[in-house]
Amino acid sequence: MVELFLQPFLDFDFMRRALFGCVVIALGASPLGVFLMLRRMSLTGDAMAHAILPGAAIGYLIGGLSLSAMTFGGAIAGLVVAFLSGLIARTTMLKEDASLATFYIISLSLGVLIISIRGDNVDLIHILFGTVLALNNDALLLLCAITSATVLALSLLFRLILMESVDSQFLASVSGWGAAAHYAFMALVVFNLISGFHALGSLMVIGIMLLPAVSARFWARSVGHLIVIAVLIAVSASVLGLLASFHFSLPSGPSIILTAGIFHLFSLFFGREGGWLSSYFRILKVKP
Amino acid sequence: MSRLSRSILLSTVAASLCFGRGAVAQSDPIQVVASFSILRDMVEQVAGSEATVTSLVGPNGDTHFFSPSPADARRLSNADLLVINGLELEGWMTRLIEASGFDGPIVVATDGIASITYDDHEEHEEHEDHDDHEDHDDHEEHDDHDDEQAGHDNHDHGAFDPHAWQSLKQAAVYVENISTALQKAQPGSADAIASRAAEYSADLAALDAALQSEFAAIDEHCRMIITSHDVFQYFGNEYGLTFVAPQGVSTASEASARDVAELIEQVRDGGVGGIFVENITDTRLIDQIASETGLTVGGVLYSGALSEADGPAPTYRAMIAHNADQLLTSLRAAEESGLCDDHHD
Repeated sequence: MVELFLQPFLDFDFMRRALFGCVVIALGASPLGVFLMLRRMSLTGDAMAHAILPGAAIGYLIGGLSLSAMTFGGAIAGLVVAFLSGLIARTTMLKEDASLATFYIISLSLGVLIISIRGDNVDLIHILFGTVLALNNDALLLLCAITSATVLALSLLFRLILMESVDSQFLASVSGWGAAAHYAFMALVVFNLISGFHALGSLMVIGIMLLPAVSARFWARSVGHLIVIAVLIAVSASVLGLLASFHFSLPSGPSIILTAGIFHLFSLFFGREGGWLSSYFRILKVKP
Repeated sequence: MSRLSRSILLSTVAASLCFGRGAVAQSDPIQVVASFSILRDMVEQVAGSEATVTSLVGPNGDTHFFSPSPADARRLSNADLLVINGLELEGWMTRLIEASGFDGPIVVATDGIASITYDDHEEHEEHEDHDDHEDHDDHEEHDDHDDEQAGHDNHDHGAFDPHAWQSLKQAAVYVENISTALQKAQPGSADAIASRAAEYSADLAALDAALQSEFAAIDEHCRMIITSHDVFQYFGNEYGLTFVAPQGVSTASEASARDVAELIEQVRDGGVGGIFVENITDTRLIDQIASETGLTVGGVLYSGALSEADGPAPTYRAMIAHNADQLLTSLRAAEESGLCDDHHD
């Protein structure tokens, strides 16, 4: 058992770093995933990840493979898209999903255009699929900072963001803080996507944000429980995914996300709250 | 124009006239498009003023992941000759040729080389015998197994390792292929082209001989190199070095924790004489392995593209010399520091 589960982490520094990075991301991203799900904005994470990517790529072109340049570029692009799509949803008849879709596509094509004009055929694949096996001190510090800020902001704004998530019209009728809560929340999403994309790559990070949150929905009802279970699932998936990558020689990012996917399938079948089996038995019980 | 530069020009023209045995026909230079910077340099060396050469993938560009622009297609459609590497290095080329309507002659530079299959890599890592080139020739007849092998290997080009330019001996075949095609395209200057090609080949052969003796002086137990991208097998076979990489052969594959762990264990066991990054790949993983093992990352190796003109590897010959120099420095330092001694017992 020790050999199987502990030895890889005892022997190798890069495994400890990978695990630490994943746990830190799980603490920040999974709670946000719960709110995204509650707001029926699960696909927003996907769109935002694409909106960030060109900004990070431009940062890469200007500053090389520097953490700060890529983070800065990604944050600017993500925040601009989040702000504009929120603004348009609030000031025109367009719904948030439609305006977000338009802006992230514009942002994405702008990024591709700039990279092509620059003509350098950089190794963008590596930016799209960052690797959790190469987290240096700077990257880990950045992840810790973003997660700390996220946890702090979530605990301060918990009621506001929750109300905005569950019934934004009610919040708007009693307080003017709805828009602020929305923008603060979207900013948190952007920063967590950035921290995840350093570790897992910009496409894989959505998995660690959403899969645990959606799986948790099959086990709990209250938001507090949802968050706790989502974080637990995310951490377990990270550990098991890394170990699978180690023992079966699988690429680490997909291995972690697919482990989270297996947790999701399990929850789908066996979850207490509306999983397929529990629904089946409930029907049997009610009928006679 | 100053008197001095005019006289230089005159003497150059005179020299080239003598050189081409007076047979230089004053034909316009032909337009040659090469797929990437290394081929461009080779063509320039052989063609001299007989051709204007451009490359589709520029310096420091990654030929595996190139997306051609309409300007590239236009350049190709105006070209008289196209030079590609072959062995499925330029996966995008077929579509570009179709799109551009180019119907001129195509030189496949790797035609007739002793190619290495990717399966050979594993054999070499296990047995450490780099000198028997006989078995490579057999693999050339296995063309019909291409799909099968590509399917089971985890990379996006064929079963053969396309990075043959890393061997100076194979480069002589490149030069031969290029020279033949140029002579056909510029029959008036055929003699001049042939003699330039011969001179260039001799130059490369001399470098090869020098490197052979330098690498032979390195301790046999200290000849393993870690790089970020598995492209130096041809180079390693020439000089008895083993190159290992944390990623697959193509830049597209992502490393597994197992791969990285095995490399670190390898370094801990001894025998690794250097760790290097390349000009076209991500360095983060190499940095991590280096910091975990206490190795110092050596200089930049140029693998699939030349540097800019003011960089350390503006030409193919300079690139090989630069890489060899970096490797030798690191291997000698490892030998002196006793980094490889564990391996003996």
